[in-house]
Amino acid sequence: MKRVYVNEEWCLGCHLCEYNCAFANSGESDMVKALKGKKIHPRISVDGNDRINFAVSCRHCEDPICVKSCIAGALHVENGTVKIDKSKCVGCLTCILVCPYGALSVSENGTAQKCELCLENSCGAPACVKGCPNKAIVYEER
Amino acid sequence: MMKRYVVIGNGVAAAGCIEGIRAVDGKGSITVISEESHPVYCRPLISYYLEGKTELGKIGYRENGFYEKNGVKVIYGKKAVKIDADAHTVLTDEGKTIKYDSMCVATGSSPFLPKFEGIESVPKRFSFMTLDDALALDEAVTRESKVLIVGAGLIGLKCAEGLNGRVASITVCDLADRILSSIFDVETAAVMQKHIEKNGISFMLSDTVERFDGGRAYMKSGAIVDFDILVTAVGVRANTSLVSEAGGTVGRGISVEDDMKTSLPDIYAAGDCTEGMDISLGKKRVLALLPNAYMQGKCAGENMAGGSARYSNAIPMNSIGFFGLHAMTAGSYFPDDQECAVYKYGGDGYIKKFFVKNGVLCGYILIGDVDKAGIYTSLIRERTPVDSVDLKLLMEHPTFSAFSQSTRRKNFGGVI
Repeated sequence: MKRVYVNEEWCLGCHLCEYNCAFANSGESDMVKALKGKKIHPRISVDGNDRINFAVSCRHCEDPICVKSCIAGALHVENGTVKIDKSKCVGCLTCILVCPYGALSVSENGTAQKCELCLENSCGAPACVKGCPNKAIVYEER
Repeated sequence: MMKRYVVIGNGVAAAGCIEGIRAVDGKGSITVISEESHPVYCRPLISYYLEGKTELGKIGYRENGFYEKNGVKVIYGKKAVKIDADAHTVLTDEGKTIKYDSMCVATGSSPFLPKFEGIESVPKRFSFMTLDDALALDEAVTRESKVLIVGAGLIGLKCAEGLNGRVASITVCDLADRILSSIFDVETAAVMQKHIEKNGISFMLSDTVERFDGGRAYMKSGAIVDFDILVTAVGVRANTSLVSEAGGTVGRGISVEDDMKTSLPDIYAAGDCTEGMDISLGKKRVLALLPNAYMQGKCAGENMAGGSARYSNAIPMNSIGFFGLHAMTAGSYFPDDQECAVYKYGGDGYIKKFFVKNGVLCGYILIGDVDKAGIYTSLIRERTPVDSVDLKLLMEHPTFSAFSQSTRRKNFGGVI
């Protein structure tokens, strides 16, 4: 299946992926309306230091420990994509406790959130990749 | 020939077992003996149910039709009372004998109640282990209820949080000198205690009930507590008797190897009823945690069906929040061990402690800053040598820039 992969040599650390992610998952059609003046809660985050940057999002592991650990039965795998049912999530954050990649985070309403490859929103393919100016993240089969 | 699988218990370990069996064997018959009359549900959510953060329709661990889809026959409301390991049969309390080729014991644990004088005089007393316990408590409490909870562990305090705001008062007592003594040290326990007290819950620590008389508790310290609802959450004991009576090896839990086999032929065990290797401690112990139950169950199921699964990096790990303050803990701590280095970081609203021994991170306690804590958990589970990472940078902030470029390439550039 296609996943989001990182080319850290190419990452400028511009954080555009975070904004595109937050916009894509906002349900709004206007970026300004979606993001202006708001604290954003992207499902991808740029990590790194003054020499190197890289964007971390869900790896969609083949045997995901977050799914096996979820105390609410809110995480599951669908056609290889790790998905979260936010209506079942109680915000215990056990998924954050176990994810070795630090790929889950807390959403604006306290539940866990994660990258679902924009398959659940209107984009249909990862908005972070589409908007990356330097191809530092790609969406492909490996 | 079609294999006959039997699972005793119907909790998360049983669900893992069913999924493990079906990952290998789509045909064999699976029979589940379920003492509780509910399909598998998320046991830790019972406090969230009291709190109104989830509802009965959402508390199920698996989708409706889970058993049908997996071809599982569930016998509800019946208890397994005897295993005959030689004959490969299990007897239920209705006198039915069920034959198995391979069996998983996933009987969980039961509340442990020490002898309190006069406890039978208390009209409204509850445990807090099952959905039925939660439903009964939900029914019993009123705005005027004065609640006494005996036990300041995970179960007692989650119960307190679930009831807070719904009752007049909540008092929690514990013989230990601190709350959550299974996961916190003195310093971190005090941070969480203060936060919970701010939210209206009172504690009586290093104290216990000497005698009950109706709605009155006479404490060891001489104090008197009047209450109308009593919740006992002193501790739990693994349900091991089926296996021990059948001649299997049992310590505090049913002893299992990393393939989830017990000492009895064709009998596996998984979940809170077991004791398996804790790699952070280097000893077997009961790890009564939901993720552990699932992973043990899955491993057992695969092996029952002829697979060769191993679950060989189990550690204690907990993510728990109270009134918006999150804590995460993992591994083992050896504060009095000269060879165990302790690193502490703290600031406004957070405290983090790390324990390093024999060149690996063996445990951590985080309160208030839990972002990306899984990076730490993974260091413990994988026994990553701390000299292969920038440990100081990591402890300040969990980041993959503290790892080698080859690790990052593997994690973020490959299929994992």
